Amino acid sequence: MIVSRDPQLTEIVLLSLQVSGIALLFSTLIGVPLGALMGLSRFAGRRFAIVLLYTGMGFPPVVVGLFVYLMLSRSGPLGSLHAAWIPALFTPGAMVLAQIIIAVPLVAGFTMAAVMGVDRNLRQQVESLGATSWQSAMAAITEARAGVIVAIIAGFGGIISEVGAVMMVGGNIEGKTRVLTTAIVLETRKGEFDLAIALGVILLSLTFLSNVVMLRLQGGTIDD
Amino acid sequence: MSETLYELRGITKKYDKRSVLRVDELDIERGEILALVGPSGAGKSTLLRLLNFLETPSSGSIRFHGEIFDAARQPSLDIRRRVTTVFQRPVLLRRSVRANVAYGLRLRGERDADARIDETLAQVGLAEMAHQPARTLSGGEAQRVALARAMILRPDALLLDEPSANLDPYNVGLIESIASDLNQEQGTTIVLVTHNIFQARRLAHRVALLLEGRIIEVADVERFFTAPSDPRTRAFTRGEMIY
Ligand SMILES: Nc1ncnc2c1ncn2[C@@H]1O[C@H](COP(=O)(O)OP(=O)(O)OP(=O)(O)O)[C@@H](O)[C@H]1O
Ligand SMILES: [Mg+2]
Repeated sequence: MIVSRDPQLTEIVLLSLQVSGIALLFSTLIGVPLGALMGLSRFAGRRFAIVLLYTGMGFPPVVVGLFVYLMLSRSGPLGSLHAAWIPALFTPGAMVLAQIIIAVPLVAGFTMAAVMGVDRNLRQQVESLGATSWQSAMAAITEARAGVIVAIIAGFGGIISEVGAVMMVGGNIEGKTRVLTTAIVLETRKGEFDLAIALGVILLSLTFLSNVVMLRLQGGTIDD
Repeated sequence: MSETLYELRGITKKYDKRSVLRVDELDIERGEILALVGPSGAGKSTLLRLLNFLETPSSGSIRFHGEIFDAARQPSLDIRRRVTTVFQRPVLLRRSVRANVAYGLRLRGERDADARIDETLAQVGLAEMAHQPARTLSGGEAQRVALARAMILRPDALLLDEPSANLDPYNVGLIESIASDLNQEQGTTIVLVTHNIFQARRLAHRVALLLEGRIIEVADVERFFTAPSDPRTRAFTRGEMIY
């Protein structure tokens, strides 16, 4: 029904999932080890690092968008390098970068809280069973897996629904960088409320579905 | 039985400048069961953590397997893996009973040990509960899992910290007979911390009394209970200790 009204809709949905999915993948790969490290090890400046991390969890997406915009713009420190691995402004790559910056503190912060909640004695006991420090860190993450999944879900929730940063660095270009949230803004402005509502419902369902999937990954741990 | 497994010399342990342990000299013989008794807070668990190389002494050295370790020199992974502890408050992994028992072997990369795992589960009477989540076990069952996951590693030294505190007589008997079998059949050296002096008397070859972080007396079990050389030992074994 909605699809017939807007043939580009599938494209928008796919791009949303692609951008946020890739951003989430990188955020998980960076955020989970970072959070575990901050939760499990004691180093000088840890307190300060935690304050920074918590601040990062509350970054307003528009500010992140502004930051990435300035970095990537032609005269910006990254944009002026013209390196192949640096995404250009108004491309999906730039949106991914902005979303990674938004999601990493969320994933790391919640992961840190989760591993800090693991019984301190557990690590000592697995070490007594012969674990290396790497193995005992893995054991702590595995024990905290329910919390780590929540951290990933929080990261996803933070970026799939975010509009400020993708609008700024993506530019909401039709067929290129338009995602669900920016499309909703646009349709609402045009007075196309039916379409805006339909897009909103799709966004909600997507979030709901991805949470269902992630909770399934969490599996039996909810019940025990 | 005269070969020593551990030689502790001038060991002290401080936490935030508070000294909790001071062991001038203690030898642990290979193949013996040494019981450590003493009031709460005497430093028994702290001593076990040092013997398991989980913490470093503030000063002094521990000779183990012919090598000397101290605050600056920690044992290699191989050496550390020859000791393990059954803790006073065991924390099991959020996995099945079987996975908990298999855990130490997996850490060592041993993956085809199914028969050994089944055998160990049977020894502690948990064969039927192999697939139950470990966190749902009763206290006595959890304690037996903790013993199983340690003994399956066939350590040279097995450190037992109150392995049967708060258990019913059946479980106490089971754990004691397992400990004594391990010692007799595999020659496992056992250091047993216990509040139960009858248990010390039943199991141990030698007994050491720890008071406020110091070893007051170490003696063969008979002598420790019948003719101790320190009056505080006599007071402690009679339950008359005034701390
Ligand atoms: N990590 C630590 N930090 C600070 N103090 C500690 C630490 N571990 C132990 N202590 C202190 O060291 C002393 C000895 O503790 P330990 O656990 O070795 O006693 P214990 O003989 O095992 O007692 P119990 O019979 O009650 O188990 C106690 O006063 C305890 O509070
Ligand atoms: Mg203790």
